Amino acid sequence: MADTAPIAAAPLTTADGRPLAEALVAAQARSRRRAFLLVVPLLLFMILSFILPIGQMLHRSIYHDGFSSNAPGVSAWFAANPQGTEPDEAAFAALVEDLRTMQANRTAGEAGTRINYVLPESRSLFTKAAREAKDLQPPYREALLALDPKWGDPVLWEAMRASASPYTFDFYIVATDFERAGDGSIVRVTENRQIYVYLFIKTFLLSGLITLICLVIGFPVAHLLATLPMAKANLLMILVLLPFWTSLLVRTTSWMALLQGEGVINDLLVWIGAISQEGRLRMINNQTGTIIVMTHILLPFMILPLYSVMRVIPPSYARAARSLGATSWTTFRRIYLPQTLPGIGAGALLVFILAVGYYITPALVGGADGQLISNLIDFHMDKSNWSLAAALSAMLLVGVLVLYWLYDRLIGIDNLKLG
Amino acid sequence: MKKTLILTTALVGLAFPALADVTVMSWGGAYGAAQTEGHLKPFTAATGIATTMVDSDNPATPIKAMVEANNVTIDVASLEYADAVRLCDEGVLEPFDASILPAGKDGTPAAEDFLPGAVTECAVSTDIWATVFAYDTTKFPDGGPTTAADFFDTAKFPGKRGVKKGAKAVLEFALMADGVAPADVYATLSTPEGVDRAFAKLDSIKADIVWWEAGAQPPQLLADGEVAMTMAYNGRIFNAAIAEAKPFQIVWDGQIYENEMYAIPKGAPNMEEAKQFIAFATSTDGLRQQAQWISYGPARKSALAEPLIFNDGKTEMAPHLPTAPENMKNALESNWEFWVDRDAELNERFNAWLAAG
Amino acid sequence: MALPTYATPLERLWYYAFRVICVLIFIFLIAPVLVVIPLSFNAEPYFTFTPKMLALDPEGYSLRWYDALLTLGMPAPDGVRDSAWWAQAWETSTWIRAAKNSIIIGFWSTILATVLGTLAALGLSRPEMPYRRLIMAILISPMIVPIIIIATGLFFFYSNPCAPLAIVGIEAQCGRLTSTYLGVILAHATLGIPFVIITVTATLSGFDQSLTRAAASLGANPRVTFFKVILPLILPGVISGALFAFVTSFDEVVAVLFIAGPEQQTIPRQMWNGIREAISPAILAVATILVIISILLLATVELLRRRSERLRGVSPH
Repeated sequence: MADTAPIAAAPLTTADGRPLAEALVAAQARSRRRAFLLVVPLLLFMILSFILPIGQMLHRSIYHDGFSSNAPGVSAWFAANPQGTEPDEAAFAALVEDLRTMQANRTAGEAGTRINYVLPESRSLFTKAAREAKDLQPPYREALLALDPKWGDPVLWEAMRASASPYTFDFYIVATDFERAGDGSIVRVTENRQIYVYLFIKTFLLSGLITLICLVIGFPVAHLLATLPMAKANLLMILVLLPFWTSLLVRTTSWMALLQGEGVINDLLVWIGAISQEGRLRMINNQTGTIIVMTHILLPFMILPLYSVMRVIPPSYARAARSLGATSWTTFRRIYLPQTLPGIGAGALLVFILAVGYYITPALVGGADGQLISNLIDFHMDKSNWSLAAALSAMLLVGVLVLYWLYDRLIGIDNLKLG
Repeated sequence: MKKTLILTTALVGLAFPALADVTVMSWGGAYGAAQTEGHLKPFTAATGIATTMVDSDNPATPIKAMVEANNVTIDVASLEYADAVRLCDEGVLEPFDASILPAGKDGTPAAEDFLPGAVTECAVSTDIWATVFAYDTTKFPDGGPTTAADFFDTAKFPGKRGVKKGAKAVLEFALMADGVAPADVYATLSTPEGVDRAFAKLDSIKADIVWWEAGAQPPQLLADGEVAMTMAYNGRIFNAAIAEAKPFQIVWDGQIYENEMYAIPKGAPNMEEAKQFIAFATSTDGLRQQAQWISYGPARKSALAEPLIFNDGKTEMAPHLPTAPENMKNALESNWEFWVDRDAELNERFNAWLAAG
Repeated sequence: MALPTYATPLERLWYYAFRVICVLIFIFLIAPVLVVIPLSFNAEPYFTFTPKMLALDPEGYSLRWYDALLTLGMPAPDGVRDSAWWAQAWETSTWIRAAKNSIIIGFWSTILATVLGTLAALGLSRPEMPYRRLIMAILISPMIVPIIIIATGLFFFYSNPCAPLAIVGIEAQCGRLTSTYLGVILAHATLGIPFVIITVTATLSGFDQSLTRAAASLGANPRVTFFKVILPLILPGVISGALFAFVTSFDEVVAVLFIAGPEQQTIPRQMWNGIREAISPAILAVATILVIISILLLATVELLRRRSERLRGVSPH
C-alpha cells in the first residue's frame, strides 16, 4: 500500500519520459497546425483575390477625395469653422484660390463631380468658375456671386462641407433616396427620384416570388424522384441535372427564342388559335421574362436539396398514418410535409440568396421593369459613379451575408450538395 | 509537358499588349468598321505605323479606369462630345495642340475649316451623328410617320416603339414631339415642370416601348418585326437600308445631333503616333474616307465641298447626313454642358420612372 | 410510388393528375435546353420554326449558321477552303479565338482551384481542424456573394493591386491585372473554389481516416500516403470538383465583362455581345455546341459519382 501512493502521484509519461498529458496536448496542437497548414495556401489566395478586393471596394463607398484633395483651402476653412457658420470673405478667398489651383491642375471637373453627386448642376459651376478664377478680384464673395448667384446657395456650401473630408456617408444617403438640405439636415428626395429603396424592395419581393414558384413546381418533381425506383429516378434526374450543367447564356438565349413576340411559343399559340396574330403575348423584355427565366435557371437548386431530404424519409410513417385512418391530405400535411422542412429550408434559402444577386438574366430579358439591384450597380459602374455603386453593393452584400449566416445556422454549409 | 509550355508562353506573351502601334478604342459594329476602313487602314498604308482597333460599349468608361490606375494601353479613344469635355475637365485626356491639324484641302486654315465647336481643348471631331427615328415602310403602306409627334401617336400609327434606354436624347425628343421648339428644349428641360412634361409624353406610349441599349439593336428590332418604329443612330439605319436593302425610312423631324470626338488619354504609350493619327484622320481626306462607310457628316467645310459617295459607288451621301439642310428643319444640337451637369440626376429620375413598371 | 390498392377514386384521379403535372414540369425544365438544337439548323435567319422545318423538308434545314460561326471575323470568309484558309480561320475567326481563350482560361483556373481546393478540403475534413465552420463559410462565399459585387471589387483591385498597401503607409504602383489573362484566371479560380471544396469534402466525408493511420504505421511518409492511399480514393470527387470549376469558368461572363480586355474575349463574352446586339441564329449554333458539351460533362460526372460510391462502399439508396 505504501508504494502505490508515489505511483499515483507521478504523472503518466511517454516512452521518452515526457508527461503524457503534455505530450497529448502537443500532439494535438501539432495535428491542428498540420490541418490548418493545408488550408493556409487557399486562405491566402482567397484573401488576395476575394476578401481584399471586396474590402477595398467597400472602402470606396465611404471614401471620395475628389473635392477634399483638390480644394485644400476651403476644406481647411470648413475644419476651422463649425457647421452653421455663414461663409465669410475668407471662405470665398480660399475657394477662389482652390479654383485657381484646380484650373492649373485640370481638376475642377473632378472636384465638381464630387459635389454634383449630391447636388445636380454644380459641376459646371466649378468648371466655369475655375476657367474665370485667375481674373477674379477681391472682394471674392461678390466676384463669385456675380459669376453665378448659385455660389451663395447654402445648399451648395453644405454639400462642400460634407465633401471637405474624404470620408463621407453621402453615398449611403443617396443610396437610400435621401439628400442634404441647405441647413445640413437630411431629407428624402422627391418621390419621382426615389429608386434605390424601391428597387431593393422589388429585388427582394421578386426573389421571394421566384423562390415560391420554384418551391411549388420543384416539390412535386422532387417527391416523384424520391419515391420512384432508383433506376428510373436516376434517369429522370438527368432532366434536372442537364439544365443545371448547361450554360446560363445558352438557357437565356433559348428562352429568348421561345418567348419573344415572333418566337416559338407565340407562333404555337397563334397556330392553335389561342391568340390572334395581333394579340401576341409579351413574355420577354419585361418582368414576366425575368421571372420565367430565373425560375427555370434556379429550379435545380430547389429540387436537389428537396430530393436529398425526401429520399431518406421512410415511407412507413405515411403508411402507418393511413392505416390509423388519416386521409391522404392529412397524411401529407401532418406527416410528410414536416419531414421535408429541412429540404424546403435549404432549397428556398439557396434559391433566394442566388436570386437576390442575379445580374445577367435580368439584363438580357428584363427589359425596363424586370431589372434588379445588380443591374443598377452595373449602371453606376458604367457612369463612373463608383462610390455610389460601392455603397449599393455594400447594402446588397449585407443582405446576402445575413441570409448566408442564416443558412449556415439553420442548415449548415457542410450540407450544401451539388447533384 | 510541351503543350503546357506553349500555353505558358502564350500566357506570358499575351499578358502584355504589343507596343509601338496606335491602338484606337471605339464603339464596334458598323461605326467601328467605318473607322477601321476610313481611318486605321489608310493611316497604316500612308505611314507604315501599325494600328489596332478595340471595341467597347462606351470607351469613356475604360479610359477613365486606365488613367486612374496610371496604366494606359489605348492611344486614341472615340468619345461622345459630352464625355470628351467631361474627361478633359477631369484631367483624363491629354490637351490637344490644334496647331498640328492640317489645313483643308482647299487651303483654308484648320481653325476656319472646322465647324464651330468641332475642335475642343482635348479632342477633335471625326463626324457629326444624330439620334433620329426610323420605321419599317412595309408596316405603313398608306404613308408612314413624318413628324416627331407621330412617333407618340399609337392610334394613328399602331405598333411597338423602340426607344433608347437612357435619359439623354430621349427626353429632348419627347419635348420636341410635344411641340417644344428646338431652341427652347434645354431651357424647358432645366425646369422641374419641363422634366415632368417630357416624362408625361413618354408615359403616353410607355406600354408600347421596347427598350434598346446598344446601337446595333434598333435595326435588328425593325428587321425582326419586334417594333414598327424605333429611335436609332442615323448611320446604323442608313447602313441597314442601303447596304442591306432593308425597307427602313428615317424621319429627320426632331433629330438630335452632336460631334463624335477623337481624343488621347493621358499617359498614352504612343503619344506622338496618336497625335499623328488624329491629324491624319481629321484631315479633309480622312473625314471623307470615313463618311464613305457610314452616313455621319464630316465636321470640316472643305470635306463637304465635293460630293460624297457611299462605298457602293452610287449612293450620294449628302441627303443622308444629319447636317443636310433639308434634315435640319427641326433639329437640335445636343447640349453637352446640360448633360455633364444633369446626367446623374435625370438618369436617376429616368431609372425610377422605368422601374415603376 | 405505386398506387396503393386502398386508394379512393379521388386519389386515383390525383395520382394521374400528379403524373401529368410532373411531366409538364420536366418539359419546362428540359425544353429550353433542347429547343436550340433544331433551331440552329434553320435555313432562314429566324428564331422560330419555319413551315418548311415543320414539314421536315430538307430545304428548311442548313448548316449555314455553323458556317457563319467559323467565318465571323475572318478577312476572307469566302476564300477557297484549302489548308491556308483553315490556318487563317484558326488564327482570325472570332469564335475560334474565343474558344481558345475560354479553354486557356478554363484550364489554368481549374488547375489552380483544384490544387488549392483539394489541399484545403483535406485540412477541413480533419476532425482537429480549428475554426472549421468559419473557414468553410469563407471558402464557400464566392458562390453566394453576388457576382456583380465580386466583379466590381476585382475591377478596382486589378487596376492597381498594390493600392491596399496604402493602409500600411506604402504608396505603390505595381502594374495592373485588368486586361490580362492572369487576372481573369485568378478571378475564375476564385469562383471555382467553392465547387471544388464542396465536392471534395463530400467525398472525404465517407473517407475512412484510419486508412491514413494504417499507411503511416506501415512506414509511409505523408507524401506517399497522399499519393498512394488518399488520392486514388478521392480522385473521383476531385475530378468532378475540377469539372465544376471548369464549367464555372467556361460559363462566366460578368467578371470577364468587368476585368478582361479585348485580347481575352471568351465564348460567353462573345455570346453576350451577340445576344445584346443582333440575335442571329449563329448564337443558337454556339448554344447547340455548348449543350452537347454539357451533356458530355454531365455524363462524366455521373459516371465518376457512381464509381466513387462503389469505391467507398456506399451503395446507392
